[in-house]
Amino acid sequence: MEMPIITKISGPVVEAKNIIGAKVNEVVKVGNEKLFGEIIRLEKDLATIQVYEETAGLMPGEPVECTGKPLSIELGPGLLGSIYDGVQRPLEVIREKSGNFIARGLTAPALSRNKKWHFKPTIKNGSIVRGGQVIGTVNETESIVHKILVPVKLNGKISDISEGDFSVNDVICKVDGVEVKLMQEWPAKQKRPYLEKLSPSELLVTGQRVVDFLFPVPKGGTASIPGPFGSGKTVMQHQLAKWADAEIIVYVGCGERGNEMTDVLTEFPRLKDPRTDKPLMNRTVLIANTSNMPVAAREASIYTGITIAEYYRDQGYNVALMADSTSRWAEALREVSSRLEEMPGEEGYPAYLGSRIAEFYERAGLVRTLNGDIGSISAIGAVSPPGGDFSEPVTQNTLRITKVFWALDAALSERRHFPSINWLSSYSLYVDEVGQWAEKNVSKEWPRARAKIMELLQKESQLLEIVQIVGPDALPQKDRILLEIARMIREDFLQQNAYNEIDTYCSLQKQLGMVKAILLFEEKAMSIDTITHEEIGRLDSMKRIARLKYVPNKEFDAELNYTMSLITKEFEEIARKEKNLKKEVG
Amino acid sequence: MIKEYRTIERAFGPLIFVKNTKGVKFQEIVQIKLPDSSVKNGQVLEVTEDMAVVQVFEGTSGIDTKNSSVKFLGKTFMLKVGLDMLGRIFNGIGKPIDGGPEILGEKELDINGLAINPTSRDNPSDFIQTGISTIDCMNTLVRGQKLPIFSGAGLPHNKLAAQIVRQAKVLGENEKFAIVFGAMGVTHEEANFFREEFEKTSALERVVLFLNFADDPAIERLITPRIALTTAEFLAFDKGMHVLVILSDMSNYCEALREISSAREEVPGRRGYPGYMYTDLASIYERAGRIKGLPGSITQLPILSMPDDDKTHPIPDNTGYITEGQIVLSRSLHRQGIYPPIDPRPSLSRLMSKGIGPGKTREDHADVSNQLYAAYSEGMDKKDLVAVVGEDALSERDKKFLEFAGQFEKLFIAQDFNEDRPIEKTLDIAWNLFKIIPESELKRINPKYIEKYLPGKTKSFEEKNLEKDSKISKKHKSKK
Repeated sequence: MEMPIITKISGPVVEAKNIIGAKVNEVVKVGNEKLFGEIIRLEKDLATIQVYEETAGLMPGEPVECTGKPLSIELGPGLLGSIYDGVQRPLEVIREKSGNFIARGLTAPALSRNKKWHFKPTIKNGSIVRGGQVIGTVNETESIVHKILVPVKLNGKISDISEGDFSVNDVICKVDGVEVKLMQEWPAKQKRPYLEKLSPSELLVTGQRVVDFLFPVPKGGTASIPGPFGSGKTVMQHQLAKWADAEIIVYVGCGERGNEMTDVLTEFPRLKDPRTDKPLMNRTVLIANTSNMPVAAREASIYTGITIAEYYRDQGYNVALMADSTSRWAEALREVSSRLEEMPGEEGYPAYLGSRIAEFYERAGLVRTLNGDIGSISAIGAVSPPGGDFSEPVTQNTLRITKVFWALDAALSERRHFPSINWLSSYSLYVDEVGQWAEKNVSKEWPRARAKIMELLQKESQLLEIVQIVGPDALPQKDRILLEIARMIREDFLQQNAYNEIDTYCSLQKQLGMVKAILLFEEKAMSIDTITHEEIGRLDSMKRIARLKYVPNKEFDAELNYTMSLITKEFEEIARKEKNLKKEVG
Repeated sequence: MIKEYRTIERAFGPLIFVKNTKGVKFQEIVQIKLPDSSVKNGQVLEVTEDMAVVQVFEGTSGIDTKNSSVKFLGKTFMLKVGLDMLGRIFNGIGKPIDGGPEILGEKELDINGLAINPTSRDNPSDFIQTGISTIDCMNTLVRGQKLPIFSGAGLPHNKLAAQIVRQAKVLGENEKFAIVFGAMGVTHEEANFFREEFEKTSALERVVLFLNFADDPAIERLITPRIALTTAEFLAFDKGMHVLVILSDMSNYCEALREISSAREEVPGRRGYPGYMYTDLASIYERAGRIKGLPGSITQLPILSMPDDDKTHPIPDNTGYITEGQIVLSRSLHRQGIYPPIDPRPSLSRLMSKGIGPGKTREDHADVSNQLYAAYSEGMDKKDLVAVVGEDALSERDKKFLEFAGQFEKLFIAQDFNEDRPIEKTLDIAWNLFKIIPESELKRINPKYIEKYLPGKTKSFEEKNLEKDSKISKKHKSKK
């Protein structure tokens, strides 16, 4: 039999012949350097392979080696706190091997084979278990207990299970004679099973006011952040990764800037999780495939990320996955597709772009796991539309599937209104569900306050259109006051400074408190007939509202009470003066 | 023995197709001997068992299918690098053109480089003072950043780049620095301008120039930024220098990329540029940064001209998605005679917050910058409004913002080509401008800084001394 050899090389796409018995999506080792690749097309004994590493220097005639396995992700203790490239190679280990620059053909196991983990069984010998069931725990980090699951397709009677220290490759028990290890593998492009999907309603608290209050995403929801460059997508993603109240964060840096990944790498170990007071890194898995790393690995990075997320979901955790940016992933699809000489669809993207995007987001959601627990993945994808044009295929296909849309606006970011989420064009289809949840868990006033704020912002935009034509002087006083109040909402509530120690995270109680103050101010201002916008602009309470966001949580209640009473007092004063004036005139 | 092929099947544009080849490597370097015995260089773009597609750097003009011969050299494009490159001038593919000797070099490096491991990168955080207010104060450049200048035809981007090269320094430090200048498709006049500028500041011995002129083959332009960056990586990470890399004009580079792509009959992306342009540009721009534990750094300042001043054109668009911000030149400021015509509103430096603040610039820097943005934007909005409804329709408050915007352009943005403004002076100008608008509108500034820096607020020296004296005398009294 002839050996499988390379016949053609074109960028990341390589063709090989004499490939017999291989499957589509099987991993292969290409060339003398054993570069990492995946079969993407088969035709008799000819295979088309996409290579996840630089292909310069490859030669037709070099050997190709099939592994018989699809692109698989190693799942087990040791994932948290790690940083991987797009095909789950541990970058720290790679650095020890090859220095500051990433050399080719390097392999290293994703999970350390030497480290011992203390395994505690939660189940006894002789019990009957099914796939996906929890059989024991490992304390993976200070904040997360890693649950060890029976591999999905395995059912039967458990034997040889005992407490002890194991490495990921050690056998911890047998199920009907089949060895079970701490670690298992799962094909990246296949979704992990669960019992059923549920409808999400519990808010994923992010501490970002415009998100939580106006355009919320629940645990298990999907959201997209499209925006032109410089509109703050990445800062937004970082903020969500830092503050979202998910137990596990998977951050996929997909074709983005190296220096930004460094930022995450230096900041996360230093930052404390506000709930556990442990370093944020303890609950985070990073996938870093910067824009100059091989393009095919970029395509894989999204799947690597979501597979890891699913694995923690199956342990009953709430997982949040951030992908920055899905456009780069789509471009990787396009690049490979065009090398395959497939018929291009819109803007050169392959016709299956939409279904690939849908497949990815459909792997998110709130589910009942095989073990019977509730787990969730909230998926938040950044989109980088060329020229900021939202009509392009990636944005449109993403909007079709995600339920929350945070439209980043260059005009807002140019005036340093951050987060620059446009309140008129953004939406969340979860508003009602989350509203009901908030009524029960935060305050009864929540849904009504939200509706009122949206109404004011809506009115403002109509009035501003008129102002553009006739100037502000032509507006009646009431409308001018409304403009002032809308400005307060924008500047004092929606704007949030990610770099300010206090303002970077805003609790739900504080959000509602700030809104209540603004709405009280609005109610009072509107109740006095003859008041002018200049008059309210001079009020002390207005300035106090503006400073509320910088008030630390401890002092907030006192400050809010004071502000509310000041509002009442100041407006009473005005009302009284007015009465007197009327009397005098009368 | 290296085999010579005389089997060129097709030649057009920048490509030749060689058949009956054996053992050709992907991306290896090719030498083509023409019938007139002149030699051209090329690189393998695609290879199958018996055919190779080669892109020819100097263009295919003069190549025939009968007598021209092709040699595959068995290695990818390597560049000899050494400290003797400093002060020298090379063409776009790294051959000396200043009449000097060949480079001896210390080692040979693959010009494509390798990706820096993200875990090895160090956070860029050293403030670079360029002496230009709009950059230093509002779009701060830090070491290891890539910050492009978005310009347009006829705007003074070269002048600005020259000024930055002349003035850029890290405060309080005296470290080894070098400038690598990669010019793609520039005119001889532009090249001379830069050379003279470097000579004037006696910086030439610290500069490595790579010049691909407008009349050189376009295909060479694909090589120029890569050899420039390979040189820069050697100087920065092997020799511990702080390297500023200027690449001008990236638009010409992208045009060359499109040319090759269409010659290869690839599926075009937006406006005919190849779909992989983002990836390709990233392989250039991402070669900036710092590495943990190594003293050197690479800071990139690419210049590109936006076709028809359109920021959404694929060239600036893809660039902006990769680089850490952008400096945008404005035609309307230029028409008003303001130099440098940097419009701060669309400009951005993503790494700014890392390089400013106490110990680096000044405590009030971030707030001042935010306030300038907000006030200038508001002023410009009012300007638009005035165009519709006339100035009389504005309120007192609005008029003040309008005045602020005008003064800001005149006193803050505008400065002389030779003026090197220290950051303190820049910040002080800003504070003087803040006097124009009501103090209650300074919402972005911590009140503590308003107290300290707003002119009129600060107590003069005499007052402060008086205070001190009175305190001391009180102490004395109480002791007695």
